[in-house]
Amino acid sequence: MINYASREINCKIVYYGPGLGGKTTNLEHVYGKVKPETRGKLISLATETERTLFFDFLPVDLGTIRGFKTRFHLYTVPGQVYYNASRKLILKNVDGIVFVGDSQAERMEANLESMQNLYDNMSEYGYDLTQMPFVIQYNKRDLANAAPIEDLQAALNPGWEVEDASKHRVQPDPYHAGQNLVEQLPGGEWVEKAPYFEAIAVNGDGVFDTLKAVSKLVLKALA
Amino acid sequence: MTAGTANWSFTQDDFTAITESLLRFLGETKSRCALLVDRSGQLVTTVGEAPGLDTTAFASLTAADYSANDQLARLVGENDFSSLFHQGEKESIYVADIARRLLLVIIFDSRTTVGLVRLRMKDEIGELTLLVDRVFSRGRNGVAPAEHLLRGADDEIDKLFNW
Repeated sequence: MINYASREINCKIVYYGPGLGGKTTNLEHVYGKVKPETRGKLISLATETERTLFFDFLPVDLGTIRGFKTRFHLYTVPGQVYYNASRKLILKNVDGIVFVGDSQAERMEANLESMQNLYDNMSEYGYDLTQMPFVIQYNKRDLANAAPIEDLQAALNPGWEVEDASKHRVQPDPYHAGQNLVEQLPGGEWVEKAPYFEAIAVNGDGVFDTLKAVSKLVLKALA
Repeated sequence: MTAGTANWSFTQDDFTAITESLLRFLGETKSRCALLVDRSGQLVTTVGEAPGLDTTAFASLTAADYSANDQLARLVGENDFSSLFHQGEKESIYVADIARRLLLVIIFDSRTTVGLVRLRMKDEIGELTLLVDRVFSRGRNGVAPAEHLLRGADDEIDKLFNW
């Protein structure tokens, strides 16, 4: 939403993903690292055991562009399957999505279920996830049982078909040398993948890379 | 873009009209202040006395509160609960839907009554709905100024992320 009276561009970014995957940790790290004058309060609607019940919310100012203050509203959703009704509410009018996947091999099923749930909830609102700013973060890369990135990519980010012929050209992945975001498969089909990032959110590794990437995509979608 | 920010924007004229309407409402009902919040939880404007609270957090929670109640309404077989009232010892809030896009939040204290606020609310919702529909129909017609603000701003956007 662009507010000409207060000269602000407000954008909503939602961190989605399975329970205990590190969505709230991402927000806590951003909260701890950005200058207090550029962020608001971190609001958490959580259970007494600190599991997200409804959402976490953190507003962050990223700077000024063309005289407009760019303010990003970061939200997390509750990851547990049980809370789908409230999770879906948070997606309303979303501008950009970060999917925080749990790298642990035994969480693959939970990752897949959550990704499917994201697609389903978005399509119920009439949003097409493949047509909007969307990045994937593979969290917990430091754990011994973390699955290889290739496996995670194959399962969670295999690429979707690009039907628009005007977009049939190779687009290198700016974050991973030698890889492409848009490319043609040996069978002739063109596919696009979401940008991905590796992270250890408890240490802050990859947290800002992810946020920067999705914020940039959101602003560029307006440009 | 299928979702979100690019779809609509308010101009100065929209604001003037909305502000005038709300100021009139606040005067008639002796309410403290009005906040206009979009359904995604972003504050559009505040009118009247300075609310003296964290309006960003307030806006986000209002949208969540209203959305949760919307779902509760459906569970009991209603299309929606068109308004919400939270009564406090000193301060109370009344929340109403505008054109299914925005929420109008009225904060009031013992200088007035919920009856008066509710009584005048119906006309105010009608007035704001007309104004807000104008904003959204302009967005739908593809002439929203939002479309142009960031055109060609790729370099500036890149610079924003040099940290």
